[in-house]
Amino acid sequence: MTRRRVEPLVWLMFSAGGVLAAVFLPILVILFGLAFPLGWVDPPDYQHLRAVIGHPVTFVVLLGLFVLMLVHSAHRFRYTLYDGLQIKHKRTVAVLCYGTAIVGSVATLAVLWAAAQAV
Amino acid sequence: MADSIQLRVSRFRPDEDSEPHWQEYDVPLRKEWTVLDGLNHVKNGVDTTLSFRWSCRMGICGSCGMTVDGEPKLTCGTFLSDYAPGPVTIEPLSNFPVVRDLVVDLSDFMAKLPRVKPWIIREDDDRTVFPDVEYLQTPEELDAYKQFSMCINCMLCYSACPVYGLDPEFIGPAAIALAERYDLDSRDRGNRQRLDVLVEHDGVWGCTFVGECTRVCPQHVDPAAAIQRYKLKAALATVKAFLLPRGAR
Amino acid sequence: MIPSSGMPTDLRLYRPRVSTWWWTRKRSYFVFVMRELSSIFVAWFVVYLVLFVYAVGQGEAAYRRFLDWAASPWVTVLNVVALVFVLLHTVTWFNLTPQAMAVRVAGRRVPSFHIIAGQYTGLVVVSAFVLWLVTR
Repeated sequence: MTRRRVEPLVWLMFSAGGVLAAVFLPILVILFGLAFPLGWVDPPDYQHLRAVIGHPVTFVVLLGLFVLMLVHSAHRFRYTLYDGLQIKHKRTVAVLCYGTAIVGSVATLAVLWAAAQAV
Repeated sequence: MADSIQLRVSRFRPDEDSEPHWQEYDVPLRKEWTVLDGLNHVKNGVDTTLSFRWSCRMGICGSCGMTVDGEPKLTCGTFLSDYAPGPVTIEPLSNFPVVRDLVVDLSDFMAKLPRVKPWIIREDDDRTVFPDVEYLQTPEELDAYKQFSMCINCMLCYSACPVYGLDPEFIGPAAIALAERYDLDSRDRGNRQRLDVLVEHDGVWGCTFVGECTRVCPQHVDPAAAIQRYKLKAALATVKAFLLPRGAR
Repeated sequence: MIPSSGMPTDLRLYRPRVSTWWWTRKRSYFVFVMRELSSIFVAWFVVYLVLFVYAVGQGEAAYRRFLDWAASPWVTVLNVVALVFVLLHTVTWFNLTPQAMAVRVAGRRVPSFHIIAGQYTGLVVVSAFVLWLVTR
């Protein structure tokens, strides 16, 4: 290949994000989206949750998880716009989708970093 | 079983019509008759102006693909009795321009196949190797690509693929499966050349793994599998190209 | 008379337009589009989790307030819908993996069933781990 190509690498991230979403999201949605807020399961003790979230390993794992899932969503949604709404401005759609994922990733990094600080 | 079944056929005469319209025909409903038999019954005596493609009438030539009740089918292998009491709606294969009645324009498909270089590519040729030399292959080596070699070029997969319908530039399932057939062939050395073609924007990346191509394929080629494996192959080759120094690529 | 290019020069082809509603015509197309729309809910839940982490970082009061907000009707409904789409993503992703990868062990092709079962096992293990990690 004489030209550097980005699409194959984005696809790899999409695939990784897809695997992680498939395996991690069900339990995360059930616990953090429904069970804890609605009290089906007692929400974790604050100090314990803070300690888990502040741990460096958690930081790395959550960062990887969130960023890859955002890239997965952006990539899939981009093609949904092409195929579903038949939007022809392909480059604009791509920039918007991946741009949003990048912004989300930066915000994720900032929040995770801040949460890991004052533990 | 009733005596007859109605065929609701899409007609389009380019010199008279601006768009297709329906015409109904009643044909005998015989238990061994296919949709193709019904169409030939119409053509032979009822309405000789009806145009459609067919040849082998046994599911191997790939000529008789049409849309039957909304699904791409080989009409020679689609039995009228499965649609009783009818009517059976017959339209030209979707996602292709219509030439006349049930005949579609094949030129886009025919242009795409050679782009993936569907032949054995080797650096040795008859300057270095005797012309009649046979490249040996074990049964295991044959099994590696055999499934993808079963394509009869019937175009049902292109008809089923929504991506091709929305973006006719997409190179399409059969072409990619054909490329994979040669890439997996132990006698071939042309992976790099095909990769250069398929890694373009109209190559494998347009596929969103709908999977309809595999579902409608009459030969169980599974083009969707070929495409996803090709994506992984292309992605890993790109990673390797990024990581290895120029000389080693 | 047909010119050597093979195509009569006065040919008028009919090119049908693909409807915006093409995906409602067949069940397989509809399920495909729903699967693709799961991406919206994956993104939503990542945002939700980041907000959750932010709240935890802000102190116990913020954490409790977040849980109360998450229990409100609209957020609950949204998360129930998100769960449905997340499960659709998981099931379809697992089912497609054997088709996307030819896995060979000792020269023999691993049957699809084993690949799918392996993934569900992974799902159970990960779920159990997360549950243990946050509730111990």
